[in-house]
Amino acid sequence: MAYKFDFGAIWEAMPQLLAAGLGTLGLAVAGSLLAIVIGIGGVVLRDSRLAPARWLVMSFVELIRNTPFLVQIYFIFFALPLLGAQLGQLLAGLGLIARPTNYLLIGPWPTAVIALGLNGGAYAIEIIRGGVQAVPKGQWEAGAALGLHRATVFRLIVLKPALRAIYPSLTSQFTLLTLTTSIAGAIAAYELFSEAKFIDSQIYKPFEVYFTITVFYFVISWFMNQLFQAFARRYFSYPTK
Amino acid sequence: MTQTRQAAPMILMEGVEKWYGQFKALTDINLEVNSGEKIVLCGPSGSGKSTLIRCINHLEPIQKGRIVVDGVTLGHDTKSIDAVRRGAGMVFQQFNLFPHMTVLENCTLSPLRTRGLKKDAADALARKFLARVQILDQAEKYPAQLSGGQQQRVAIARALCMEPKVMLFDEPTSALDPEMVKEVLDTMVELARDGMTMIVVTHEMGFARQVADRVIFMASGQIVEEEPPEQFFQAPKHERTRKFLGEILRQH
Ligand SMILES: Nc1ncnc2c1ncn2[C@@H]1O[C@H](COP(=O)(O)OP(=O)(O)O)[C@@H](O)[C@H]1O
Ligand SMILES: [Mg+2]
Repeated sequence: MAYKFDFGAIWEAMPQLLAAGLGTLGLAVAGSLLAIVIGIGGVVLRDSRLAPARWLVMSFVELIRNTPFLVQIYFIFFALPLLGAQLGQLLAGLGLIARPTNYLLIGPWPTAVIALGLNGGAYAIEIIRGGVQAVPKGQWEAGAALGLHRATVFRLIVLKPALRAIYPSLTSQFTLLTLTTSIAGAIAAYELFSEAKFIDSQIYKPFEVYFTITVFYFVISWFMNQLFQAFARRYFSYPTK
Repeated sequence: MTQTRQAAPMILMEGVEKWYGQFKALTDINLEVNSGEKIVLCGPSGSGKSTLIRCINHLEPIQKGRIVVDGVTLGHDTKSIDAVRRGAGMVFQQFNLFPHMTVLENCTLSPLRTRGLKKDAADALARKFLARVQILDQAEKYPAQLSGGQQQRVAIARALCMEPKVMLFDEPTSALDPEMVKEVLDTMVELARDGMTMIVVTHEMGFARQVADRVIFMASGQIVEEEPPEQFFQAPKHERTRKFLGEILRQH
């Protein structure tokens, strides 16, 4: 029996798909924000004078870049809470908290944001670090000669030109992060791909369902890209030679 | 060491030694610069001129000897480094203006951050010094929109906004197109007239004749000769100085 195309069925499922699309967009935005914070913070620690901090960041980056995202998100969602339970017992035992609380037991959606942020952040650290290294040494020296401390020089003098130098790479990295949200359904985080699978299992219209979410992903990704470009135009709009 | 000076020198370097790893860049540097004095530092490339002035504001740490700037002995502690840096303005060969800040923002950064000035006061201060280097009309522009000579004058104004006791110049005209050298030198001559204490690394011998109280010649990380400009140019004592002057004057 030949497959009958029927986009009418999709039309009925549209409210669900749109809502799930917003879930995906939310994951992408929140994950990207967290990734930027981790990226910038990671670079500061990675190039700090504290050897343990440098070592910690390098290990984190290597760990994230050499393991699959699916394993990472499973680990955070299923494995860490077991550690959290032990920790809660310990803290309560020591009288530091009133009753045992598992701080590492968090819902699927926040877990997905954290996993995406950590994953994207590890890649962002390497990218942003490249940008920082592209800033001439003379900029650091001029800041120091003006009596500014290293952290102030980084924040006010180095960071903006560094980000400007690498924001196209950063943009691609965040496009990748946006598309990676489709894996978050694996821990039952509310997002587009898992919702599509659920709808398909109900109406048996794989072509229509996956065609529609392909369009959705494209639009979301495009939107994220525009958001980044608009931000870049605003933030990096100083003239260079 | 002369015992006849009444006031303590503005800058004192005593037995300074500087190593880059295994390489000895400065050997037994002894230098006294009094308040209001202008020193021109010259010597062949790689002789340690930049290293010497960068040690004065601790852009480079020293391994031996002592540096005192306006009564503060440089240590490796933040407190003494801050105090010395805030009293010493530095102008670099490559300007090192901050590309993402306007001319005015470049100038107000240090007053706002290190001296706790309010924005209005910092702006007023910056405008005063931008007017002094005759570039006030460019205050709202970005560095990339200015010529090299203009950028270097902004860099001078930026350093002056710290209201420093000393100004350090590291080849301030070497990166400039020839037609822009004069506007920067004129600015520096004027600064010298106003009584600023200055150490200037430069090969502009006309400038040295005009403003220097002493010309110091360095070679291989050592001070070879230190004379008032008349003696330095007319009767250099050392063979290396004569050779160097011969080469410099042939180029110009
Ligand atoms: N950061 C550095 N690391 C290693 N060697 C350096 C460094 N900076 C300068 N040097 C060396 O120290 C010597 C003096 O350099 P510098 O002070 O820049 O000389 P000048 O300014 O007189 O040309 C040179 O041989 C140079 O190669
Ligand atoms: Mg030099």
